[in-house]
Amino acid sequence: MLTLDAVSKSYKVGTFGGKELPAVQNVSFEVAPGEVVSLIGESGSGKTTVGKMILRLIGISGGQINLDGNDISAIKGHDLKAYYRKVQGVFQDPFSSFNPMFKADHVLGMMRDEYFAGISAADWTSKVEASLQSVSLNPGQVLNKYPHQLSGGQLQRLLIARALLLDIEILVADEIISMLDASTRIDVVNLLGDLKARGLGILFITHDLSLGNYISERTVILRQGRIVEMGATPGVFGRPLHPYTRMLIDSVPQIHQKWGQIEAGLDATTVWAPAATEPCLYHAAQPGSATTAAPAGLTGSGLVEVEDGHFVGCVQPNADGTCGGRPA
Amino acid sequence: MSLQVTDLRVYYRTLAGDVQALDGVTFGVADGEIMGLAGESGCGKSTLGNSLIRFDPRMRYIEGHVELDGLDLPIRDTNAMNDFRFSAVSVIPQYAMSALNPTRKIGKMIGELLATKDIDYQKVRPEIERRLDMVGLARDVLTRYPIELSGGMKQRMVMVLSTLLNPSLLIADEITSALDVSTQKAVAQTLVSFRDHEFVNSMMVITHDMSILYQIADSITVMYAGKLAEKAPTSVIINSPRHPYSQMLIASLPEVGVRYADKHLTGIPGNPPSLLNPPGGCRFRARCPLAFEKCLEEPPFIELAPGHSVACWKAV
Repeated sequence: MLTLDAVSKSYKVGTFGGKELPAVQNVSFEVAPGEVVSLIGESGSGKTTVGKMILRLIGISGGQINLDGNDISAIKGHDLKAYYRKVQGVFQDPFSSFNPMFKADHVLGMMRDEYFAGISAADWTSKVEASLQSVSLNPGQVLNKYPHQLSGGQLQRLLIARALLLDIEILVADEIISMLDASTRIDVVNLLGDLKARGLGILFITHDLSLGNYISERTVILRQGRIVEMGATPGVFGRPLHPYTRMLIDSVPQIHQKWGQIEAGLDATTVWAPAATEPCLYHAAQPGSATTAAPAGLTGSGLVEVEDGHFVGCVQPNADGTCGGRPA
Repeated sequence: MSLQVTDLRVYYRTLAGDVQALDGVTFGVADGEIMGLAGESGCGKSTLGNSLIRFDPRMRYIEGHVELDGLDLPIRDTNAMNDFRFSAVSVIPQYAMSALNPTRKIGKMIGELLATKDIDYQKVRPEIERRLDMVGLARDVLTRYPIELSGGMKQRMVMVLSTLLNPSLLIADEITSALDVSTQKAVAQTLVSFRDHEFVNSMMVITHDMSILYQIADSITVMYAGKLAEKAPTSVIINSPRHPYSQMLIASLPEVGVRYADKHLTGIPGNPPSLLNPPGGCRFRARCPLAFEKCLEEPPFIELAPGHSVACWKAV
């Protein structure tokens, strides 16, 4: 079980890193074994930053990430390597994940040098074949080939097979299908479903709501570094509580239902803002909210449980955590 | 008929031989029609779009005929096409965000562009400003450098610029692919409104995303491995496609608002054939569950019903 507890990240920007850009603020959720959690957000929402923090590719500015109860946010050296035996990632662009100078299965060889130093050649071959078969790749078709000789779907599966050589518990899949063609992408998504059935916990980072709806048990919606809504997928997609989630779902092009009346202009590209009349479920649920005129700041995770396991955040939090969407 | 393409063949020259990227396509686009062109990467959809606007030096014209509003379009002659480009045929490129000259203020760049067509910038300026208002851009963007604009603003700027001279045909190549869902919706709706305001007569929208086409296109053409597989009005192709490739492609799309507890979608097994030496007969044969002996012969692109054409022996 991977648990994120009030994780934050701020990047230093500007001359000499004089300014701080809060990329992720107070994000808490968990990924249990045997479930797919989709982390959905638009560009700049911090979804990739969350994935990178889990993979320890960048530092964590605040909060804790725990794997099975052990804090991993500051481990290094030997402990970090042991952590990577359990947590691995696959990224968006399969073509740049491989070195074009080496054969594609070079990445598997690197895994052997790093993690299976003493293994016999026969054991290694059977291990590689087993993991290739588990991602529906034919070993004869992919081994000994250069990256340009393989399709994007094959390369992406090879990367998943690489991760599966280790007995991983958590797979971070960051936009892994967005570069694939429509006719093959659903097969890679189904592969994640098979891995889930084998007890793997998967964090599926995506901007594609329909794929998230298809594959995941639970959904986390991220906006400007904060979680705005989180819960079981049927709940979040069926009864979205946050106006931002509703806007996202309404914008998805569907194939049997058209968007409403097409209006002229590109107004929707300007920064999304909730209607002034939109009630803030988060602040309404705070103690004493009926009596105090000024809205209180965000406390804890900044989420309130509205239904069983269905959390929602403030409608429009200001920088200091007060509510910007609710008239004072 | 605004655009009529007849038996167009365009190959790419490579050291290993000719890549038959576009192998005999025939279709028409009616006045006011938004034609969607769908297909997976490498199927020739961008080659088709590019060959109507500008021949890449690697592209080799084999045969075919393109007619726009009754006039012959000299697509193989890059210089002769200068008379048509921007004024009769225009394009919104895939990476619209990097399409603006970073060393010029936007107004100046537009002025230089118009000068190549002997048009006075100051005369057109009121019209530019009117269209900027329409897409929700401030008029003072004309005095700014592209770096001062956000990605969405640059996208809108390029859309205004591409359609400024009211071209007859607008080619939009994968312009929504890199965008977030909310921006995607806005851009797609703006394309439709450009047509409704008659800034462009007809439009070719190239994308791999069928669901976007369902929202905005009047007709959808599905391409596979350099050939047309099926062309039909949007509702027909989504609800009752006849070509097995279109059927499988549409069936593999997940949707929001559907619960997938036990339902399993499937993709299409296999990969498209190499276009260097494509197999004879139907090119979808190797991946097609319905393939039979007759598929060794090339299926003709036959009109089944008005506006609905299919290249498949099983559909005939």
